[in-house]
Amino acid sequence: MDSRKGIKTALTIVTLLLAAAVIYFGDSHLSRFQIRILNLAAIFVILGLSLNLVVGFTGMFSLGHSGFMCVGAYTAAILTMSPESKELIYYMEPIVPVLKNIEWPVIPATVMGGVVAAIFGVLVGFPALRLRDDYLAIATLGFAEIIRIIVTNTISITNGALGLKNIPSEKSLWFYWGICILTILILKALINSSWGYAFKAIRDNEIAAEAMGVSVFKHKLLSFTIGAFFAGIAGAMMSFLITSIDPTMFRFLFTFQILLIVVLGGMGSLTGSVIAGVVVTIAMEWLRIVERPMHLFGMDVPGIPGMRMVIFALLLLIIILFYRQGLMGTREFNWDWVLDKLGVAKSKERGVS
Amino acid sequence: MDAEKVLSTDDITIRFGGLTAVSKLSLDIYPGEIIGLIGPNGAGKTTCFNIITGVYAPTEGKVYFKGKDITGMRSDLITKEGIARTFQNIRLFQSMTVLENVLISKHVRLKANPLEAILRMPRYTRARRRHYEECMELLRQVGLEDVAHEMATSLPYGKQRRLEIARALATQPTLLLLDEPAAGMNPQESLELMKFIEQIRHRFELTILMIEHHMEVVMGICERITVLDYGVTIAQGTPTEIQNNQQVIEAYLGAVETNA
Repeated sequence: MDSRKGIKTALTIVTLLLAAAVIYFGDSHLSRFQIRILNLAAIFVILGLSLNLVVGFTGMFSLGHSGFMCVGAYTAAILTMSPESKELIYYMEPIVPVLKNIEWPVIPATVMGGVVAAIFGVLVGFPALRLRDDYLAIATLGFAEIIRIIVTNTISITNGALGLKNIPSEKSLWFYWGICILTILILKALINSSWGYAFKAIRDNEIAAEAMGVSVFKHKLLSFTIGAFFAGIAGAMMSFLITSIDPTMFRFLFTFQILLIVVLGGMGSLTGSVIAGVVVTIAMEWLRIVERPMHLFGMDVPGIPGMRMVIFALLLLIIILFYRQGLMGTREFNWDWVLDKLGVAKSKERGVS
Repeated sequence: MDAEKVLSTDDITIRFGGLTAVSKLSLDIYPGEIIGLIGPNGAGKTTCFNIITGVYAPTEGKVYFKGKDITGMRSDLITKEGIARTFQNIRLFQSMTVLENVLISKHVRLKANPLEAILRMPRYTRARRRHYEECMELLRQVGLEDVAHEMATSLPYGKQRRLEIARALATQPTLLLLDEPAAGMNPQESLELMKFIEQIRHRFELTILMIEHHMEVVMGICERITVLDYGVTIAQGTPTEIQNNQQVIEAYLGAVETNA
C-alpha cells in the first residue's frame, strides 16, 4: 500500500537501536539523580499513554487511574518482597500465609501488577461504563477512592496505612524505558488497528458506531481494561522505583497529574502524551525551586510546599481556556512527515495504491 | 410470521410518558421494494426508525425481520442481522477519512482478537487487507473513490450524505433505512440522489424504507407510501392514492373549514 514502507521500517529500527544506545550510555554516564528522574518520566509516560487511550481515544472521561495504579503497585510489591522483610513490616497483623513466602522476580511481578489491575478494571468498568461524561468521571473517581480505602483497611494483605517498605529496588534505565518503549509500540499498534478505529468511532459518534455494528459497551470495557492494565504496570514500576509505598500516594491528585499530561500533550495523540510525560516530570523536579524560601523584590517569601501544583493547575486552566487541543492535538509523529520534509519522493501517489 | 416479508412491524406502539409517539404502526415490506414513510414534523417517523433499529424498544407490538423477532434487540446486533440506516442529521466519524469511515463497518466481521491485531498476525492482516479492497471497491461503486483519503467532514454536503449511505452499505444490509436523505438538497441534487438510490437498490439487491420530505423524491421512486400524523397511520397506498387522499392533504395543509 505504501512505497516507502521499507524506508519507514528501517528508520523505526534505527531509532530503536539509537534509543538502546542512549539508554546504554545513560545508564553508565548519568548521575543517579538524573537516572531517577528519567525513570520517573518513563512511568509518567506510560500513565499518560494509558489514560489517553481511555480519555482521548475512546472518549470516556475516567478519573480512576490512580486506583488502578495503586492495585498494580501493591500487587508487585507484595509479590517481590522477601519473606524476612514481610515478617518485619507486617507487625500490626501478620500477612496472610498464602502470600508470606512468595518472592517473585521483578518482571513477572510487574506483569502480574498489570493483570490484577486489569481485573479491577473489568470489575469497575462493568457497572461504571454504563454512564457517560461527567457521571462516568464521578463514578470512576469514587471507585478509585474505594480501592484506596480497601487497601488501607485490608491490613493482613497490604499492611494498611503503614504502607510497605523494603521493596526490591530497580534502578536501571533499561527496565523503565524498556517497558515504556514496549508500551508505546503496543499502544500504537492497537490504535492503528481495527480496534483503535472502533474506539475512535465510539468517541466521535456513539450512536453511529452502534449503527455500524460496533458493540459499544464491549469496546469501552476493552479500552478501559487495557488502560487499567498499563496503569497497573506503571504502578508496579513506581513501587520498584521508590521502594516504599502507602495508600496516601494514590490520591485523586495523582490522577490529576496524569490528566495534565494527557491534556497538555493532546487528547488523542500518543506522541503528545510521550512528550508531555517527559516534560511534566522534568518540570516537576525543576520547579522545586519555587517551593524554597526566596527573596522577591526585597521581600522574604517563606517556602510554600505544594506551590508546584498551583503552577500546574494554572497551566491546565490556561490550556483548557486558550489551547484546548494541547501540544499535538490528535496528530501523531510519523515518518511520512519526516520523509516529506527531507524530500524523499513517493514512487506512487497515495490513494492510487 | 411470513418469512417472505423482509420487514414487518406488528402494531408497534411507543409511549414516552403521556405522549404516544407512534401508535399501532403496521408496516409490511417485501423484498426489493422502496417504501416511503412521510408525515408532518413530529409525526413519529424517526422514532419508528429508532424502534426498528433497536435504539428504542416499543411499548407494545413486535418487529420482525425476515420472519425473526428482533423487537428490542441491541442496535449493533440488528445491524449484524442486516438492517442498516443513515441519520437525519449527518453522523459521520469526524476524525477519520472517508475510507476509514467505511472500514469501521468491517470491524464486526473481523474474526481475530486484539492481540492478533497488535502482533500483526497473518489472520488479522489478511482480513484487514481484504476489507480494505472491499471498501475501496464500494467507494468506487458509489463514486467516492477520488476522495477516499480526504477527511470525511471536509467533503461537500451532498457527498457527506452519499458517504453516509455508502457507510451503511458497507455493513452489507438487506434492508436500508434512509432518514431524510435529500434534506437540505436543491432540486438538482435531489434528482441525482434519486438516481443514486435506484442504482444502489439494483446493484446491492436492497429493500429500502425511507423518510423524506421532498415530495418529488418520494412520489418519484417509492412504490408504496405510509403516512403518519401524530404517530397514527392515516393512509397507506401507492403514490397516486396518497396524492388524492383527503386525510393526507388535511394533515399537510390543515382542514378546510366548512362553516366559513
